[in-house]
Amino acid sequence: MADVLKKVPVREQDPQVRANNFEEVCLGYNKEEAMDEATRCINCKNAKCIQGCPVAINIPGFIQEVKAGNIEEAYKIIGQASALPAICGRVCPQESQCEGKCIRGIKGEPVSIGKLERFVADYALENDIKPIGAESTNGHKVAVIGSGPAGLTCAGDLAKLGYEVTVFEALHELGGVLVYGIPEFRLPKHAVVAKEIEKVKELGVKFETNVVIGKSTTIDQLIEEEGFEAVFVGSGAGLPKFMGIPGENANGVFSANEYLTRSNLMKAFDESYDTPIVAGTKVAVVGGGNVAMDAARTALRLGAEVHIVYRRSEEELPARVEEVHHAKEEGVIFDLLTNPKEILVDDKGYVKGMTVVKMELGAPDESGRRRPVEVAGSEYTIELDTVIMSLGTSPNPLISSTTEGLEVNKWQCIVADEETGKTTKEGVYAGGDAVTGAATVILAMGAGKAGAKGIHEYLSNK
Amino acid sequence: MYKILKAEELADKIYLMDVEAPRVAKHCQPGQFIIVKMDDKGERIPLTICDYDREAGTITIVFQIVGASTQKMAELKAGDSFRDFTGPLGCASEFVNEDLEELKNKKILFVAGGVGAAPVYPQVKWMKNNGIDVDVIVGSKTKDMLILEKEMEAVAGNLYVCTDDGSYGHSGMVTSMIEKLAEEGKKYDVCIAIGPMIMMKFVCLLTKKLEIPTIVSMNPIMVDGTGMCGACRLQVGNEIKFACVDGPEFDGHLVDFDQAMKRQMMYRTEEGRAMLKLQEGDTHHGGCGHCGGDN
Repeated sequence: MADVLKKVPVREQDPQVRANNFEEVCLGYNKEEAMDEATRCINCKNAKCIQGCPVAINIPGFIQEVKAGNIEEAYKIIGQASALPAICGRVCPQESQCEGKCIRGIKGEPVSIGKLERFVADYALENDIKPIGAESTNGHKVAVIGSGPAGLTCAGDLAKLGYEVTVFEALHELGGVLVYGIPEFRLPKHAVVAKEIEKVKELGVKFETNVVIGKSTTIDQLIEEEGFEAVFVGSGAGLPKFMGIPGENANGVFSANEYLTRSNLMKAFDESYDTPIVAGTKVAVVGGGNVAMDAARTALRLGAEVHIVYRRSEEELPARVEEVHHAKEEGVIFDLLTNPKEILVDDKGYVKGMTVVKMELGAPDESGRRRPVEVAGSEYTIELDTVIMSLGTSPNPLISSTTEGLEVNKWQCIVADEETGKTTKEGVYAGGDAVTGAATVILAMGAGKAGAKGIHEYLSNK
Repeated sequence: MYKILKAEELADKIYLMDVEAPRVAKHCQPGQFIIVKMDDKGERIPLTICDYDREAGTITIVFQIVGASTQKMAELKAGDSFRDFTGPLGCASEFVNEDLEELKNKKILFVAGGVGAAPVYPQVKWMKNNGIDVDVIVGSKTKDMLILEKEMEAVAGNLYVCTDDGSYGHSGMVTSMIEKLAEEGKKYDVCIAIGPMIMMKFVCLLTKKLEIPTIVSMNPIMVDGTGMCGACRLQVGNEIKFACVDGPEFDGHLVDFDQAMKRQMMYRTEEGRAMLKLQEGDTHHGGCGHCGGDN
C-alpha cells in the first residue's frame, strides 16, 4: 500500500543513460501502479481538479474507474472531454492545473493525475479502443486550419457532433507543435502522436497536408469555392524572435524553432534521414522556457556540452519545474543571471564565442517578475560554437494578411472571443497560439474546444 | 502523393519535371517557389517554379544536382511521385501587383544566370502575356549548360545569350553583357537578376553604378518555408528579413550578399559527406565522421 501523502513514484530512464538517447524519459505507470495511485483520490464532491483543467475532464470519475481496474471505462470518461489524453498526460503543466488544485496537495503530494491520464490513454492506444463518434453526419462542412492541439481538438469535437471536418496542415506531417516542437524523448511521435491522431481520423475527420492557408488557398476561397460553412483557425505561433545583437546571423546561430524542427520534424538526429543538423560541441541556449529546455536537452543528446543562458534567476525560469529538473539531471549547465551582449564570429562566418554580462535583479517590472539589470563591468567571453535563441515567437501574418475582415491586435494576434473563438469575420473562429501568442498544448486544446462549441452554436442557428 | 508527369535532363546535371499539384498551380504567381520532399526520410527542398498550367493543374520545376538529395531526385522518372509538394510559397514578384499601364512605360531588364533562367522564365512570360516586351540576358558557363533558350526566345522582347567560355553567344559573364548594353545606350528603369548569389552580387555592384534599381531572388537554406524556423534570414539594409515569407525577392542594392553566401555554406561539409556516402554506398567505410563507417 502506498504512503497516502506521496505519489506512487513513476519509473524513469536513468539520467546518464537517457542523456545519450532519444527514447522517452518517463516510462509511466503500469496497471498495478496506476490502480495503487488511484486509491489516493478521495473523489471530492466539488472536485477542484476539474476546475483546474482547461478542457474540464471528469477527473475523479475516470480515476474511480482506474481504481476499480476498468481502464476502458476510464478512457471513455476522459474521451468525453479530450481527444488527446496520451499527449496531455505527458505535456500538460499539471502542477499548475488539475494537480495544483488537488485537495491531497494541501498536506502531502497531489494525486498524480497526469500520470494516471497517460496510463489510461496508453492502454487505449495499445488495446486499440475506439473513440465514440457520431452515428451519422449532419452534412455541414467545417474547415480547420492547422493540425496542432487546437485544431485536432476542435476537429474531434465537431466530428463527434456530426460535422464533416477537413483539417488543412501546412507541413508534411500532422500534429503541429506536437511533431515539430516537442522532442521525441518527451513525446514519442510514432507511438503516441500518430496513434492519437489516428483516433481523431476514426471519428471521421479528413486531413490534407501540404496546404498553406494564405498561399495554397485562402479562407475566403475555402468558404466560397469549396463549400465550407465555418472555419477554425488554429495556425499556431509563428516567426521566431532574435535578440538583435551583433553576430546573430553567423553560422551556428539557430532559432530554437529551427533546431527543434530539424531534430523533431525532420528527424535529423537519426542518421538515416537526409536533413542535416549541426550538433555543436559547446552550445549556449539563450532563454529559460520549456522550448529552451527542449532545445538544450536535444543538443545534449546530440553530444554537446550545453549551457542555458538566462538573464533572471532560477526562480523566474518560465519552464516547468519538471523540465528544469530533468535538464539538470541530464547534465545541462545553468548560467543564470547572465545575458548575451555579442556573438563572436570567425573569418569564415562561424560562431566562435559569445560575450555575456552578469545581471542582478532589481525592482519588479510589469510582468511582476524582478527586472534584471546589468552589473557594470562584468562582461566576459565564453568559447562556444553554437548558439540557440529561444526567445519566443511573433505571430505569422500568412493568414491575417490574406483574410479580409479578420482583425488582429497590436501584437498581430487574431482577435477572438475566449468563450466561443468567434473572430471579427463571420463564420471564422480561432484559438490557440494564433490568438494568445505562444502558450501551452492544453490551453490550445481548451481554445479548440471553445471554437468547436462556438461553431456548433453558429451553424445550429444559421 | 504528387505525380511526376514528365522528367527530362535539360543539360548536364540540370533537370526539368512537370508535377501534378492542382492547388499550387491554381494559385501560384511569378516569383514564388515550392518545397518538395521526395520520401519519408527526405529533406524539404525549396525550388523555384519554372512554369505552371492552371487548367492541367501542373507545375514545372527545374533543378540542378548540388548534393545528395538533388542527386536522388534526378533519378525519378515520369510516373514516379513526390511524397510532398507544397506551395506556392513566398511573395509574388512586385510587378504582378503594379499598375499595368505604368509597367508598360518601364524599360525592364531581366538577367538570368545558370538555373536562374528557370525562375526568370515565368516572369518574362507574364510580361509577354500582358503585352510587355522586355530585354533578357541569359548567361551560362558553357553552351552545353544553357537552358530554356528556345522558350525564352518565344517570350522575350530581345534575348541576349552569353557564355563564360565564349562557346556560344556573347563571350563573357552576364555583367559584361549588361555593360555592353549600357554602352550601346540602352537605359533601364529596373533590373531583375536571378542566379547564383555570386552573380547577383556582381550584377548589383554594377547596376548600382549604372543607377538601375535591381531586384534579386534569394535562395538561402530553408527548412519549413512558412516563416517558422528563421534559417533563411538575411540582412537587407538595416533589417533582418526571412526569405520565405518576406521574399524571396528583395532590393538587391540592400542585400548583404557576403553574409548570405557564408550562411549558404553552413551545411556544406555535411552535404559533402552525404554525397560521398551516397556515391560510395556500402563501400563507404569510416573516415567521413558522419556515417559511422564500419566500426
